[in-house]
Amino acid sequence: MNVVVEQGDDRLAVQISGLSKQFGGAVALADISATLPYGRLTGIVGPDGAGKTTLLRLLAGLLTPNAGQLVVAGVDVVREPEAVHLQAGYMPQRFGLYEDLTVMENLLLYARLRAVSVAEQGAVFGRLLEFTRLGPFTDRLAGKLSGGMKQKLGLACALMGKPRVLLLDEPGVGVDPVSRQDLWHMVQVLTDDGMAVLWSTAYLDEAERCASVLLLDKGRIVFDGDPATLTRRLEGRCVRVSGFVEDKRALLTRALDLSSVSDGVIQGEGLRLVVRGKDFSEIKSFSDGLNAKYEQIPPRFEDAFIDLLGRTSGGHSVLADRFGKVSDRQGGTVSCADLTCRFGEFVATDHVSFQIRQGEIFGLLGPNGAGKSTTFRMLCGLLKPTSGEARVMGIDLRHASGAAKRQLGYMAQKFSLYGLLSVQQNLAFFAGAYGLDGAEARSRIEEMVDIFELRPFLSAEPERLPLGTRQRLALACSLMHRPPVLFLDEPTSGVDPLTRREFWTHINGLARQGVTVLVTTHFMEEAEYCDRVALILQGKVIALDQPDVLKQQAVSAEQPDPTMEEAFIYLIGAAREKMEVGV
Amino acid sequence: MSNGSDFSGVRLLALMRKEFLQILRDPSTLLIAVVLPIIILFLFAYAVSLDLEHVKIGVALETNDAQAQSLAASFSGTRYFMVTPARTRRALEPQLEAGILRGIVVIPADFAQRITHPAQGVIQILTDGSQPNTANFVAAYAQNILLQWLSDQQAINGVVLVPRFWFNPDVESRRFLVPGALAVVMTIIGTLLTALVVAREWERGTMEALMSTPVSVPEILLGKLVPYFLLGLVAMSIASLLAVFLFRVPLHGSWWALLLATSLFLIPALGQGLLISVLSKNQFIASQFALISGYLPAFMLSGFLFEIGSMPWPVRWLTHIVPARYFVSTLQTVFLVGNVWALFIPDMLSMLGIGAVFFLLARRKLHKSLEA
Repeated sequence: MNVVVEQGDDRLAVQISGLSKQFGGAVALADISATLPYGRLTGIVGPDGAGKTTLLRLLAGLLTPNAGQLVVAGVDVVREPEAVHLQAGYMPQRFGLYEDLTVMENLLLYARLRAVSVAEQGAVFGRLLEFTRLGPFTDRLAGKLSGGMKQKLGLACALMGKPRVLLLDEPGVGVDPVSRQDLWHMVQVLTDDGMAVLWSTAYLDEAERCASVLLLDKGRIVFDGDPATLTRRLEGRCVRVSGFVEDKRALLTRALDLSSVSDGVIQGEGLRLVVRGKDFSEIKSFSDGLNAKYEQIPPRFEDAFIDLLGRTSGGHSVLADRFGKVSDRQGGTVSCADLTCRFGEFVATDHVSFQIRQGEIFGLLGPNGAGKSTTFRMLCGLLKPTSGEARVMGIDLRHASGAAKRQLGYMAQKFSLYGLLSVQQNLAFFAGAYGLDGAEARSRIEEMVDIFELRPFLSAEPERLPLGTRQRLALACSLMHRPPVLFLDEPTSGVDPLTRREFWTHINGLARQGVTVLVTTHFMEEAEYCDRVALILQGKVIALDQPDVLKQQAVSAEQPDPTMEEAFIYLIGAAREKMEVGV
Repeated sequence: MSNGSDFSGVRLLALMRKEFLQILRDPSTLLIAVVLPIIILFLFAYAVSLDLEHVKIGVALETNDAQAQSLAASFSGTRYFMVTPARTRRALEPQLEAGILRGIVVIPADFAQRITHPAQGVIQILTDGSQPNTANFVAAYAQNILLQWLSDQQAINGVVLVPRFWFNPDVESRRFLVPGALAVVMTIIGTLLTALVVAREWERGTMEALMSTPVSVPEILLGKLVPYFLLGLVAMSIASLLAVFLFRVPLHGSWWALLLATSLFLIPALGQGLLISVLSKNQFIASQFALISGYLPAFMLSGFLFEIGSMPWPVRWLTHIVPARYFVSTLQTVFLVGNVWALFIPDMLSMLGIGAVFFLLARRKLHKSLEA
């Protein structure tokens, strides 16, 4: 497709033709062409590493393309990158504002950098502060704002000087649901005023709400248009199987291995499956064999996305096969009793007790600051409890945390790899740190490289990798020594649906081999994959049971069939009421 | 609307204002700029001293001659030495070998004859060569005492010989250490601090946001340079006031010459810091690089602790590209001698020249782009 770009076509906000970008030998974008009009919200959607950030940086004039033409708001970006900085507002992925400056000082800085005259400033600030609802916080240091407020401040700074094109790189990551609503509302107002907004995201519920999406995969555009059009392609291919008594995870694995099934997830008490053609005979016999019922359901954008990328891995985990069976153990593999941690007056973890069986997937859930991470860190020996005890494979962490640590694999929530070592060197380091050497270390590293498809990145620095690849590397590092116990702190936070499916396939497979898994997550639908879930609030366990039982507790006249999220909100509300009455 | 690449005073002022706010709010910056210089100055003024006192030596008086006894007494009478007397050198040698004594002064049996021809050697001085600094000190002071004693003897005959040390009459090392320490302090602020703050912008992602605005590269560089230049002058003022009024280092030159020299030194120091951070974009690497390429040479190759003249020629040649070398020599002249413009001007031009090279390199290496 060769579109001849005419300079200064005023109806189009962005014209891209034949755009290519390589870093070293790696292709980030390959021959991309698209046009975007003013007054529309366009989602730049794709899995991690698809080239979303590179595209936005090219549009912002921060990178130079290897080939192709790029016109933003009538400015040829390749020839005049400086002129674009006046026409386009750009909000980078990382919070790009000065954390040691207040909200107002940040606004003032960007107003001056973007040539907003002193006479205009009053009116512009008033409008932006009202728009972002940051008015009451003008004197607060930007570093002390919540994730959502930071993004809104970033947006306000990017809007300074009335750009005609707004480029937002993953503004929805790390933002609570309420702030996310605010951001959406703000962007809506801006597009209604005629601005072109580009919003990149790996979250498909966000993509679904865009007026139009550019779906990128491996540096190419695989879909350009209304997300509903893409979703409609899956009409008649989605089914829900429910009403069975067997273990959901085991059934999902079996269903994914059916040749006619292309994708599937656990949804509530049933399985949501996508079939390849329109042949339901296999599903029917699968469902009949379980005495379950199946029904056709409307497709979601996520179904269409996964189907379009066509890279489903099936329900089978090669990792788990290689791992082999973990030898059986009597009693609990991870246990804690009256575990308490105080920081001064503040009780972060308050008499928490539970036991995890071998081969169980145990979820820790709770709002931010509830004490999940503190509990988690004490269980893996990173933090000394104030009182109470914690055991891993029967070893008391207070007395022999070194011996216990060898029994567990730990994947931290934040980036825990060495940024200055290459991927290969990180793998070698972790192999050495867990006492593997020689031929054994080499074969384990090879194994991880194969399973997690890390070969193209071996000499890259982890910091430069897309988040999903980084998380896969982190998981690989934590599994190198084949630990019988696995601790995962928010392993899927910020990663795309493909990687999330891949992770859960591995986690399910490992659990079946007898590995005990403790996981924290903020995706409520992922709680469905856990055998049992502990809900933590203000340092206390307020509920601990199977997901289905927890959902039963939330059943009411208005909510006959609550989702995990609804159950979560109900249980937290009830616990808060009880705590207040108790005081 | 103006073009993005033009230079804008409004944008520069906005960047400088931002930088000042960050300096004031970041305790670690103030710590490096104010507290660290004071600690270093105190260290060099009080803890480090190249002067020795009460060094243990032996005096072997191998004759009973009255003049010889008078000379031996003058060794005992000074604060520099603590004397162990003996009749023969053999009695003292084991103590020298054991490291108890740092030197032996031998007043030989034929002292009375030798004294009539002093040029052919009067006494013998044995020193412990395993500690060369102390050995040199013992030899020099012992000679000085002998000269003093000889002149006292000749004064009786009408001739007076008075040894005099110019520019540092009391031979106090503090007087040349403190001006040298000022150069080290300025290197820390100019190079280390600047290297850290630009690398920090890369690490925190603020540089990416900054680059998407119409700001230009000279504005970014000047926006960093001016605030840290002023911070450097403030730190220098504090340190110089301490040097003059607390440590009593005399300032023979003028404050204006001191200000000019400091300003000129800050150009290469800041330029080096900017260049390092533009190249490394990582605070850890930037700090290591600043220490190795800025701080250590300021310490070792500036002539502050080690005399440049006694270095082997390749190292001596290397000192010519160390800006601190020119600053140390200017500072020592300003403090100890006065305003000697014939000495200042070549040093100042050298600092300016090195600074210009650093800035040109930094300007060329900093692009408004995220391309590696």
